[in-house]
Parts: sequence; C-alpha cells; structure tokens
Amino acid sequence: MTPVSFEYGLALAAILFVLGLVGILVRRNLVFMLLCTEIMLNAAGFAFIVAGARWAQSDGQVMFIFLLAMAGAEVAVGLALILLLFSRGRPLDVDSLSSGEDR
Amino acid sequence: MSLIWLVPAFPFAGFLFLVFSRGLSGRRAGVVGSVAVGLSFAAAVAVFAAFSSAPPAGGSYTLVLWRWFSSGALAPNVALSVDALSLVMILVVTGVGFLIHLFSIEHMVGEEGYARFFAYMNLFVGSMLILVLADNLVLLYLGWEGVGLCSYLLIGFWYRESANGRAARKAFIVTRVGDVSLLVGIFLIALSLGSVDIQEVARRAAVSWPAGSTTAILAAALILGGAVGKSAQLPLQTWLPDAMAGPSPVSALIHAATMVTAGVYLVARSHVIFSLAPPVLLAVAVIGAATLFVAGASAVAQTDIKRVLAYSTMSQIGYMFLALGVGAWTGAIFHLVTHAFFKSLLFLAAGVIINALSDEHDIRAMGGLAKKMPFIFWVFLIGAFGLTALPPVTSGFASKDAIVARVWESGDPGHILWLVAMAGVFLTSLYTFRLLFLVFAERKGTATQAAPTTQPAPHASEHEAHVERSGRHGDPSAPVGGIMGAPLAILATLCVVGGFLDFPRMLGGAPVITRFLGTALPPSVESAGSTNTVLALLSLAVSLAGIPFGWLLARWAARRAARQTARRGEVVAGAGPAAASPSAGADGAAHRAEPRFASFFKRGWLFDSAYEYLFQRPFEWLCRINKRDIVNRASEALGSLNLFASLVLRRSQTGKIRHYVAGLALGAAIILAVAVIL
Amino acid sequence: MNTPFVVAGVIAIAATLMVIMQRNAVHALLYLIVSLFALAVTMLFLGAAFVAALEIIVYAGAIMVLFIFVVMMIGADSPALRPRSWILPSLLGAVLLGEVVYVLLQRPGGLSFSKIIAIQPKEVGMALLGPYVLGTEIAAFLLLAGLVGAYHLARRRADDNTNVIEEGRR
Repeated sequence: MTPVSFEYGLALAAILFVLGLVGILVRRNLVFMLLCTEIMLNAAGFAFIVAGARWAQSDGQVMFIFLLAMAGAEVAVGLALILLLFSRGRPLDVDSLSSGEDR
Repeated sequence: MSLIWLVPAFPFAGFLFLVFSRGLSGRRAGVVGSVAVGLSFAAAVAVFAAFSSAPPAGGSYTLVLWRWFSSGALAPNVALSVDALSLVMILVVTGVGFLIHLFSIEHMVGEEGYARFFAYMNLFVGSMLILVLADNLVLLYLGWEGVGLCSYLLIGFWYRESANGRAARKAFIVTRVGDVSLLVGIFLIALSLGSVDIQEVARRAAVSWPAGSTTAILAAALILGGAVGKSAQLPLQTWLPDAMAGPSPVSALIHAATMVTAGVYLVARSHVIFSLAPPVLLAVAVIGAATLFVAGASAVAQTDIKRVLAYSTMSQIGYMFLALGVGAWTGAIFHLVTHAFFKSLLFLAAGVIINALSDEHDIRAMGGLAKKMPFIFWVFLIGAFGLTALPPVTSGFASKDAIVARVWESGDPGHILWLVAMAGVFLTSLYTFRLLFLVFAERKGTATQAAPTTQPAPHASEHEAHVERSGRHGDPSAPVGGIMGAPLAILATLCVVGGFLDFPRMLGGAPVITRFLGTALPPSVESAGSTNTVLALLSLAVSLAGIPFGWLLARWAARRAARQTARRGEVVAGAGPAAASPSAGADGAAHRAEPRFASFFKRGWLFDSAYEYLFQRPFEWLCRINKRDIVNRASEALGSLNLFASLVLRRSQTGKIRHYVAGLALGAAIILAVAVIL
Repeated sequence: MNTPFVVAGVIAIAATLMVIMQRNAVHALLYLIVSLFALAVTMLFLGAAFVAALEIIVYAGAIMVLFIFVVMMIGADSPALRPRSWILPSLLGAVLLGEVVYVLLQRPGGLSFSKIIAIQPKEVGMALLGPYVLGTEIAAFLLLAGLVGAYHLARRRADDNTNVIEEGRR
C-alpha cells in the first residue's frame, strides 16, 4: 500500500473527537447526546487503529474490538433508559432533567 | 519582726474569706473585715515594738517570702522590707483603716453588697500594705495596681447608678496615665541599673548616675508622673472630686488617708533618685504649691460637702509634695500622718451628716446641725481645727508649721513658694470655716427643718431584724451609736494629741517622728529658733484671719440660697439627689444663674473641660471614623476573601450536565496547554 | 499523500459535521452512518481490513440500527439551535483541536510516511484469544450485563398494561 502519514490519521481522529464533544455541549436532546457520545467513541477507536497500523501490530484492532463491545452495551442500556424516561412522560431534555423538575 | 508577713496576710485572708462565704447575716461580714484589719494593726504594733527596742543594722529588716521570678539580670523576690518609713505607713494604714472599718460596720448596714464592701476594703488594705512594705519596685507596682483596682471597685460600689460607674472609670483612667509613667520609670531603672530592689537601686544610683544626669532626671520625672496620678496632683487631679461618688468610709480611707498618700510615699522612698535630679525636685515643689493653691481656690466655691473635703485633700497633699520638694522629707510624712487623722475624721462625720439628712449633700441646704447633732459638731470642729492648723488641736498645727518653716528656708524659690503656701493657709481656713458655718450654724436650713426631730422609738429600729437602712437615716437627732461614735472619738483624740509626736522644739516638744524617720530618710535641718517663731505666728494669724471671711462667704451663700428658694418656691432639700450621684446634679434647677466667676472655681478651674477638648473629643472622632474598624478588616481579609471566592465558585455548580462536560473539556484544554507550553 | 485516504477522511468529517447540526434525528443518524462508512474506508487504507468490516457490521449495522429503532419509536426532534449556543463550545473545541494538532506536528523530522502492512484477521483473532483473552472475557461480561440491564429496564410489569409509545405521546 501507499504510505500514509500517521499524523493525518491521528489528526482525523482528533477532529472527529472534537466534533463529537461539541455536539454533546450543544445538543440538549438525550438521543442526540448519546449519538455524539458514539461519535467520540468511534473517533477514539480510530486513533487506536492508526496507532496499531503504525507499528504493524494487531493490538490496535484488538482495542477497537473491545471498544465496539463496550459501545454496544452502553447503547443498549442507554436507549433502554431513554425509553423508560419517555414512557414516564418526562421530557427528553437534559437541562430540565438536570434541574430535577417534579413530575 | 519576722511576723511582718502577718500584717498584709490578715487583710488578704479577710478578703478571701468574705469572697468565698455567701450569706453572712447581719453585721458579720463587717465584723470579719474589721477583725482582719484589727489583727493586722496588732501585728503592726508588735513589729513596731520589736523594731524600736532592737533596731536592725542599717535601719531596715527584710523578710524574703519567696522568689517571684527570675529573668535575665532581674530576680525580684516577694519580700517585705521593714524600716522606719514603712513602719509609720503601716501603722497609719492599719490603725486608721481599723477605725474606719469599725465605723462602716454600722454605717453601711442595710446596703446591698454589705459583704462585698468589706471584701473590697480588706483587699484594699492588703494591697496598700504590700505597696508600702515592698522591697522591690515590681512588688510595689503590684500593690500600686491593687489599690487602683480597689479604688475603682469602691468608687463604683453603688454600681446601679451609671454616674458612679463613670466616676470610677474616670478615676481609673486618669491614674492609669500615672501608672504607665511609673511603669516606664521602673523599666528605665531596671535597664539602667540592672536591679529593681529598692535599696540596691539607691546604692547603684548614687554610684552610677551623676547628679543632674539625664537618666536620673528622666527616672525621677517618670516616678513623679506616677505619684502625681495616684495623689491627684496637677495635672492628673481631675478624678478625685468625682471619686466622692463612693461611700463616705471609702472616701475616708482611700481618698484621704491612704491611697492618695501613696504618691507621697513613693517620692519619699525614691528620695535618692530625686536628690540626684534637682530640677525634678523643684518640679515636685512647684506642682505641690500649684495644686494646693488651685485646689484651695476650688474648695471655696464648692457646694457639696464631700467635694469640699476632696479638694481639701488635694490641697493638703499639695503641701506634702511641697515639703518633699524642698527637702523636708520627714515633715511631709508627719503631715501625711496628721492629715490621715483629721481628714478621715471629717469624711466619716460628713458621712453621718449625709445619712442623717436623707442623702443630702448640698451644704447650702444644711444648717443648724450644731444643736441637732452635737457630737458630730464637736468632732467636726476638732477635725476642722486640725485642718486649719489652729493650736488647741495640735496635729495640724505641728505638721504644717514644720513644712512652712522649711519652705521659707529653701533659698530663693522658697520665698515665692512660701507666699503660695501662705495663700493656701488662708484659703484652707476660708473654705473650712465656710463649710462649718454653712453646715452647723443656726439658720433656715431646709434640709434640717424637713427632717423629723423626734423618732418614736430611737433604738427600736436598730434592734429590728430587717433594718432597711442605718437607724440614723433621715433622723439627725438619733444618737450616734457606740460602734460608730468610738472611731470618731478616737480619731478626734488623735487629732488633738497627735501633734505631740513632733512638736516644735521651741514650744517644749520633742521631735519624736523626725528622729524615728531619720533612720530611713535624710534629715531635714532644724531651723533657727527666731525665724521659726515669726513664721509660726504669721501662719497662725493668717489662719485666724480666714475665720471671719469664711463666715462672710457662708452668709453670702446662705442668703443666695434662701433667695433662690424663695423665688422658685421649691424645697431644695426635698429634691435631694440619690445618695451616690456626684454633686454636679445637686445644683440642679435652683442655681442656674450662678455667676461665671464662681463657676470657674467650682468646676476645678475647668481642667475637666480642657481635658475633654484635648483628649476626649479627638479620640471619639478617631473612633467615629474607624467605625468599620480598618484593622479588624485587614486581619479578617483572608477569611472574607475566602468567602468571596467560595461565592464566586459556587456559581459553577449549576447541576447541568452539559456545563459539567464543558468543564471537562476546558480542563483537558488547560492541561494540554500546560503540557504543551512547559 | 494517499488521495483516497484524504477523500474518505474529508467525507467523514463533513458527515459528522452534518450529524451535529441536524434537526431531524433520523437524518442525523443517516449522516452518521455515512461517516462510519467513510471511516471504514480509511481503516482499509490503513491495512485494518478486519476492523473495517467489523465497523460496518457492528457499529453501523447494529448500534446505529438500534438508534434508528428507538428514534422511530420516540420521534425525537430538536428545535433549531440558537447561534449563540454554538459559539462557546465551538471555541472550546477549536482550542482543544488546535492543541492536539500542534502536539502532533511537533514531531521532529516532520511527518512520517511508512509502508502500510495489511494485518490479517487471523492475526487479530490469535491476539484476541491469546494475549488478550482476559479482555475478551471481560468484554463478554460487559455484553451480558448490558443485555440483562437493557432487558430489565425495558420490560413491562406484569400488571402494567400501558403501551409505551402511547404513554410517551400523551
């Protein structure tokens, strides 16, 4: 394969991570926030891949697989919680949830 | 002589007993207090007997009780030093103190705080004895402070009246200025001579300080400052007239016989240092002369019986200072002794009068008491003769003449000082006889007329279980009981015969006291016979001359008062002030149109106003502008800053998750930045 | 410079940007799926074919589908965001990004180019069940926990006859 600059790969990962972070800070809907968390996780995993490719070892990929597993579990539970909130009639707005409004 | 420690121990034991025993009924507290002082007097007499029969070498004996502290070169002991001077002082303090305690047993009956009174009085006597017997300056200062404290406590004895508290505070604060001066003087002496032991200091000073050196002058001046404060001399004399807010026995003991003479004692004790500083010695004489004139002039214009006596005390102590200043050391001490006799007698008698007239202090409202209270009249007369140094009563006569003679002979300033002293003699006679005539002579005195002349059962009230006040209250004609009368009689006798202790040689007497004190104080030169006689006759004449003028002044004041009363139509005596308030209120409504001339003298030559403008107002102004207390805020700054920071940071706890995530991101950014930069 | 790599990267970035700016949830999800595809392509070019496939199968195919299910059920919508709420986070992000990029570019000797070696899936499998077997087991635990948790949270009570969706919509 043609040579690739690892700095660009890491930079890509960083950009995606920051975008995910900004998304969390800006969006108020719980679903969107979870989504942006996923973006961040994905970006972090990508950084692992880049690092593994640099040393031509499988360790990076292994980490990414673990990360996938974790992301899967997290999304499952998170979405279940969101559904629970939704069924109770609470607004899915993190600001009003944070202030602990009464039902 | 090793029993000297008993002398201060008895009063302190009395004090402790009275403090820790509650609910002593009836007059028991008074008996305990008097017995304590009586035992102390007995011990003093025993020590005196031992001393005179077998005088110790060097004229003094020191009993070391224990080492107080040891710091650097200073190692003062708690030690009592007996010599002729301290013996005379303790005999006066315990003797006169005992008589006054006896008097108070009956006089203070029915007062709230009866036991408290005697506890304070015992504490006072104990402190005074420590002051006099101390063998080093630090112990002396302890006694000095002790008497100051007791003076404060006793002036403000009737604490429920705020005016009494003010008077007590005033006394304390003004004497404080003197106390600080004395303390700095002690520091100077300790620093310069390396010791605080009095005799040691005298020895070293004579060796290391050349006569007239700055150190000597400074030390002497500082000691003089302390003496001036305690003895109520110019310029620290403003507290004494207001101190009359306390009970009469207090005025008799503290402000006539003992505490105010502590200054005289101090100067006499430090005579070595003063001799090394001639300018200061001159200052002592000048202060004495000035005070005796100012006080005498003020006394002539007073209307409260106790204030007259207070200014009189100030004036007589001026005589003592004058004597010290011209080198008549023994003369000053002798005058101290005789003054104790007649002044305490006068104060106690005044107390009886005030009580009998239902707490009337204003002499213009008195009159005709000679017929109603004959015993008091005679003792008062004897006291007055002593004060004005008239012959039948020997004590005042002998002591004052000694001083006057010595003053005349002390060089050129002596002649001016003699003139002032003569003026003082005239003034003394003036105010004394004015007082006598106003109080005792027959006229329309409303207070005496308002008081009942008969009492249904004269002695019944004294035998009642719950007597509210002393049986004599409000009743002039009630006889003076034995336990009150005896001390008065004894004091009167002492006045009459006390002069023989040091009677002028030319009249056939022997200078007993002078010889006795000669072991402790430098001797004063015996004056030439003929000058002496002339001077004595001259002062006698001046004194006698004051009598008719005093009568004139009394008549003038009485006429004025009668006119005022007739004009206003009010009964002055009936609106008499409460027992404890200072006499400023006694003038009240009836005498607003007083001539300004008399007012100047009456208000003590306006020293109070001067001090108010010089010190009080600026200080109050400072306090006002510092109302928010800058210094406190500076020390609180750290705490306030902390609180402020916490309030600011509290805003960051919003509870909103997004803000917390932002915080995380911010933190990461900062850490990265730090890692990048460093 | 590997052009497909860069192109795929740019697509990923653009798609992610669209994700966070979308109003409609479903649109956002679809954009994210696009971004994931693009990332998978870049992984291919880094020689990690196995995880590229896994990314598509698991991440885009399972996790994102989960999201789509839930979003369809709930119908999440966000109101349009006010511009001012963008500014500070963007600033923060920019600062963070700047720092990271700065660090990356600090390497002495400039950017490095190396040959990419494709890593076989077998190698990855051997690593998973070899040195990293413990991690694999723990990942299994984690998935089990997630499974049980999600089941428990979402199950209906025996006496609860409510319809989740209708309840929420009411």
